[in-house]
Amino acid sequence: MSIISLIIKREFVAKVRNKSFVVMTFLSPLLFVAIAVFIGYLSSMKAETKRIAIHDETGIFATDFLKENKKGAEFKYYNLSEIDVKALKDSITKENFNGLIVIPKTANVNDLEGKVEFISNNSPSISFIENTQDIIGEKITKLNLEEAKLDTLAIQKAQSKVNIHLVKASGEESLKGLNEIKIGIGGAFGYLIMMFIIIYGNMVMRSVIEEKTNRIIEIIISSVKPFQLMIGKIVGTSLAGILQFMIWAIIGLGLMFAASAFFGVNVGPTARISPEMMQTAQHEFSGSAQMYIAEMWNLPIASILIGFVIYFIGGYFLYSSFYAAIGAAVDNQTDSQQFLLPIIMPLILSVYIGFFTVVNDPHGSIAVIFSMIPLTSPIVMLMRIPFGVPWWQIAISVSLLFATFFFVVWFAAKIYRVGILMYGKKPSWKELYKWLKY
Amino acid sequence: MSNLLEVHNVVKQYGDYVALNEVSLNVPKGSIYGLLGPNGAGKTSLIRIINQITLPDSGEVILDGEKLQPKHVQTIGYLPEERGLYSSMKVGEQCLYLAQMKGLSKAEAKKQLDYWFDRLGIQGWWNKKIQELSKGMAQKIQFVVCVLHKPKLLILDEPFSGFDPVNANIIKDEILALKEQGSTIIFSTHRMESVEEMCEHIALIHKSNKLIEGRVADVKRQFRSNSFEVGILTNNVEGLMYDITQKFTVSPASFRSLNDDLKLNIEIGNAAPNELLNVLTQRGQVTHFVEKIPSINDIFIQTVTENKKLNSNN
Repeated sequence: MSIISLIIKREFVAKVRNKSFVVMTFLSPLLFVAIAVFIGYLSSMKAETKRIAIHDETGIFATDFLKENKKGAEFKYYNLSEIDVKALKDSITKENFNGLIVIPKTANVNDLEGKVEFISNNSPSISFIENTQDIIGEKITKLNLEEAKLDTLAIQKAQSKVNIHLVKASGEESLKGLNEIKIGIGGAFGYLIMMFIIIYGNMVMRSVIEEKTNRIIEIIISSVKPFQLMIGKIVGTSLAGILQFMIWAIIGLGLMFAASAFFGVNVGPTARISPEMMQTAQHEFSGSAQMYIAEMWNLPIASILIGFVIYFIGGYFLYSSFYAAIGAAVDNQTDSQQFLLPIIMPLILSVYIGFFTVVNDPHGSIAVIFSMIPLTSPIVMLMRIPFGVPWWQIAISVSLLFATFFFVVWFAAKIYRVGILMYGKKPSWKELYKWLKY
Repeated sequence: MSNLLEVHNVVKQYGDYVALNEVSLNVPKGSIYGLLGPNGAGKTSLIRIINQITLPDSGEVILDGEKLQPKHVQTIGYLPEERGLYSSMKVGEQCLYLAQMKGLSKAEAKKQLDYWFDRLGIQGWWNKKIQELSKGMAQKIQFVVCVLHKPKLLILDEPFSGFDPVNANIIKDEILALKEQGSTIIFSTHRMESVEEMCEHIALIHKSNKLIEGRVADVKRQFRSNSFEVGILTNNVEGLMYDITQKFTVSPASFRSLNDDLKLNIEIGNAAPNELLNVLTQRGQVTHFVEKIPSINDIFIQTVTENKKLNSNN
């Protein structure tokens, strides 16, 4: 045991002292915040206004488009119904206008279906098309209603919207936004596990390859068992990783606060809103915020955290054993690609399943099955836990995960034991299989 | 003299390839034992089995009267042929780490390191990184690492490769000093002159089989050709040649000599050397008379090529 702790210590110190580790640890949060600020800045910039010409032969719709011309709007419409369509088309190709809407004359406005054209050099955005269709469609509806002598105002009043109130069977009230929070929490933890596996699994692999290329492996292996070395390496690297993550979290939070204090003056109490408005706004806000916070406390926080720790350990060890075995099998990092793909695939798959399937149906059969399969369960199950998962499913999933974990560690240790002493050739899958029998 | 290490009928296979075929060795306590063999003969496989890096498929290894077991790694020091250290780790830390892995306490390791660094005059290297050292310097560190824990058995795979003559000599003296202190040393090398100089026992492994084993003198006796290098000053060369060829086989020889003498190789078979001397002295002045003792190099090449012929005949 003391030898394993010796190895863990060395691996940890070697990682933490590494220059690139230090740089990454302190630079990444800065980069992250810088990117966030940059994106925020970009999205606050106004897009270039696009000039849209309208050739309306009916003379009914042009005014409705012109009503859309507001300061700062993305599109500016020009009514050019008098000008010949051909001349207008030329101006499109000459890029005087970004687009041209042509509304032909028909006997009845209802015949316009499928006859309105939009001409441009570039395909328009979906929102633009929808907006244009809405403007024309609403106008026609309005005309139809008037023709049928119906009171449009009365109809508008008669239309109703219903907000569904969500209540759990246990009687607690529930907020609609809570599902998003659940997904957010589960997703964040699941994503964290994936990132951690990819970053630090790779680190384990590199450190195995390093020992191989340094040729120190033979000395070490004459003093300790390969299995001890492998476990020590995985644990040591993950401790360094946890430290790095913690530093990231602390620096990131600090910078975020600093950035919002620096850029976000208008969200603070100095904002120039009349006191009464502020009070009512605050009241409303704090009302729902209190409910959100209360609801958050109703989440199975304990099981989320315990689940995170268990699945984190199980998933990380499972995958990093694979990484260690791959590192042992190859001579340099470029050779590792062919073996890495089958490892990355289930990770990506589980994130997709999490964000698409679990969101729609947390207890559907696909979500349940993938939260059982050991390679995907750490991420998928973690995303399901906030929605409440029966304990027996968690029990099966965790025991499957750890059973597989022990099997994979055994398997990886075998490959590792043989691989670290094999130099100078790139092994095939077939050879790896042969090594298992050595 | 008892044996420190005994290898009994060890077999090791990698897939279909037989790396060691029923190999047995006896390494006497306190000896320097040369393990010889061409590349790919199975030396490294055998060394790895002794170091418990791999396990034999069958056969057993006895170390100091006990069957080899995990605790024995602490009594063995190993200098692998493929040298290497953590390139970005500091020398001192690295040595401490590797010594602790061999079971030394940190304080004991520090004490031993001070002793050895002082002895080899490398005190100033403690805080240097391996990547800042030259290859020869790193080799010295590696030698220190494998002797720190005062191993009973020291396995050195090509210990002199990478050293300049001065440093090779320093290391050689250290090896001899360790032997004086009671360590047993297994010496795997291609450099026959160092084997000739240092080893008392040798074993030759070729194509997974052990071909020769024994005391160097015994092995040489076994390979002696009973031929003599002779230098003689004579006026009657024809008469001399006639006399000799009656009894012995003669071939011309070449060796350095200050005299303008006739140089011959004479094989005497079962006859006594004096018989040859009698014939020679009757015909002239003997200036040179030496038994041709096969060098280990000769034995090595002879055995390996004979074995090759045997194999190709099969």
